[in-house]
Amino acid sequence: MNKKLFFFLGFCALLALAQQSNIVIKLVGQEKPTIAVPDLRGSGASQAYMGAFNSTLYSDLESSGYFTMAAKSMYPLQVPQRSQDFQSPAPGAPATGLSLAGWANPPVSTTYLTFGYAGESNGQFVLYGWLYNVKQPDLQNAQMIGKIYLGPMSEVGATKVAHEFAADILKLFGVESLFGTRVFFVSNRSGAKEIWSMDWDGTNQKQVTSYKTITTMPSVSSDGSRIAFTSYLNGLPQIVVHSTETNRRLPFFNQQASMNSNLTFAPDGKHVIYSSSISQHPNLYGADLNGGGIKRLTSGRFIDVEAKINPKTGGDVVFISGRGGPQQLYRMSIEGTDVERLTSGEGQASNPSWHPNGTHVAFSWTRGYDPGNFNIFIMDVATKNYVQLTHGAGRNENPWWGPDGRHIVFASNRSGGMQIYTMLADGTQVKQLTKAGRNEMPVWGK
Amino acid sequence: MTRKTLGVLALTLSLLSTGAGCKKKIGNLSKPDAPAAPAPPPPRIEEPKVRPTVATFTAEPSAIEKGASSTLRWLVKDATKVTITPGVGEVTTLDGSRSVFPGATTTYRLMAEGPGGTAESSATVTVTQPPPPAVEAPKATKEDFSVVVSRELGDVFFDYDKSDISESGRGTLTRNADKLKQLLIDYPSAIVTIEGHCDERGSAEYNLGLGDRRALSAMDFLKQLGVSADRVRTVSYGKERPQCTDANEDCYQKNRRAHFSGN
Repeated sequence: MNKKLFFFLGFCALLALAQQSNIVIKLVGQEKPTIAVPDLRGSGASQAYMGAFNSTLYSDLESSGYFTMAAKSMYPLQVPQRSQDFQSPAPGAPATGLSLAGWANPPVSTTYLTFGYAGESNGQFVLYGWLYNVKQPDLQNAQMIGKIYLGPMSEVGATKVAHEFAADILKLFGVESLFGTRVFFVSNRSGAKEIWSMDWDGTNQKQVTSYKTITTMPSVSSDGSRIAFTSYLNGLPQIVVHSTETNRRLPFFNQQASMNSNLTFAPDGKHVIYSSSISQHPNLYGADLNGGGIKRLTSGRFIDVEAKINPKTGGDVVFISGRGGPQQLYRMSIEGTDVERLTSGEGQASNPSWHPNGTHVAFSWTRGYDPGNFNIFIMDVATKNYVQLTHGAGRNENPWWGPDGRHIVFASNRSGGMQIYTMLADGTQVKQLTKAGRNEMPVWGK
Repeated sequence: MTRKTLGVLALTLSLLSTGAGCKKKIGNLSKPDAPAAPAPPPPRIEEPKVRPTVATFTAEPSAIEKGASSTLRWLVKDATKVTITPGVGEVTTLDGSRSVFPGATTTYRLMAEGPGGTAESSATVTVTQPPPPAVEAPKATKEDFSVVVSRELGDVFFDYDKSDISESGRGTLTRNADKLKQLLIDYPSAIVTIEGHCDERGSAEYNLGLGDRRALSAMDFLKQLGVSADRVRTVSYGKERPQCTDANEDCYQKNRRAHFSGN
């Protein structure tokens, strides 16, 4: 009897483990195809910018997390520059880099190969870029991309062209490029907490707000056109909305409450949900984009914050509530009905962020750790199965899915002060994006 | 017969003759009474030797604050050398003045020397410590409200993840309520703000709500004790303004509070 129970429990544990890793496989992929990305050469004025071009192309493809990068040291000596460089090797002769087999066979053993060359045309940086599936039996079927890209003759131009080429490659595999996406975050480096922005890779860090008070808890609309945050500019924590294009403040009606905060935009771009203490207890309210048309969603003598609306369905909401004790992750309908707790009740949960697929939520949780020691988890909302991505390296909070659904930006104090990092959804490829000051609460916009 | 003898004789004769003019005693002539005393020696001719005199030696003022000066004045006669100690030394005039800056109470001595001897005089300068800076005249306005509030109204502390008022919190709020009622009378236009704070462990988003609950709990309790709510505000700072940042329970407890501020 006990033995049976033991086996049963063991089976359940195995099943749970399998389900947990399934989450990551589903989101990141299990078999990563191999790609070879040899350095391209340039002629004329373009030569000066090939370093920037090659490193950008390689980095975009590598950091997508979609590919396994073939080891450069294994590349053949001869690398094609044009499609017509490929030759059919003489029977019996060893395959060179100018044949499909020269790349497909060991030691490179790649499936995909990028090649091409750059030049100058009318003062422009011109790239002739190809992507081949070298496992195909013949050249006719091998070509997946053969395209000309144009950009200004400068490092910026060469980098832009590389991003575009990489984005085209990724798109073929259903992977959205992060090129052009922005991360908004909170930094105290100006002296007060303000909203800042940076490119997805940590470059181009800029101060967005100058309210010179506590300005924090940003969120971004799904089309990236608006950010909302909580600021004390009138002495109380209230919601402020900005256009990301003009950086102008947009009208938003705050209820006459000591606290209005944690605004989240609906995927339809027309509605919002936020937390307000208008009725004494911080509960959730729905409203129009400008704060009108207020509708109470939750009520009770407890704290409800951080609502996030399902980006696929628009019909269900995850949020954080203290209704059952310590703060936990809950789900309800957009009408405020069918409230269900998603986390087990252990520890404290916070900071939910929907995956673009509308089935998974990244969040932070202290489960298994002392209060305050948050780690990043991903949960399949339907099954409540979860996987833990960070494991006690400092405090890890505020995960937010990248638009590609493969990366997560988050804040961690693993290296001392709180800083912003990205990682692949399987917990690998951790990259630190910020260094100056204290940086926290990143949100990733298109 | 010497000239001296003749002189005495002559004097005697003249005396006799004067007396004979009344009495006509002839007999005295023949019998003198006693020999006459010798005459005194004539005085020597010399410069007169007068002792010096100090006519005046004063310190004016005789009492000064430390750092101020006093003026010594002197008038000396019949002196060839005048010395003032301490600190001044020999002076060149018999009639003069000098400013002195004694650091402590000092008795100055003037020594006058001359052919006729010496003379001394003294004058004391009493040095007093300066008084503390003058106390500002009491302001017309009252003590700053924010100072009074932070001194008089104590913090109310909370348990972890809780916003209900504990037993000790009730005590604090009851004392605060009494003081607050009076303060709102004394400062008729002042506003009191109850700030809700949290320790760093919960998420910032949840703690903003928790701080709001704490401030409102404290406010509700004060209302029940009869404090008028229309001049009491609440604000949550969540964990944005901790008063300490150590990762231990001592610091966590300090930050789980409702704090009163005046403005």
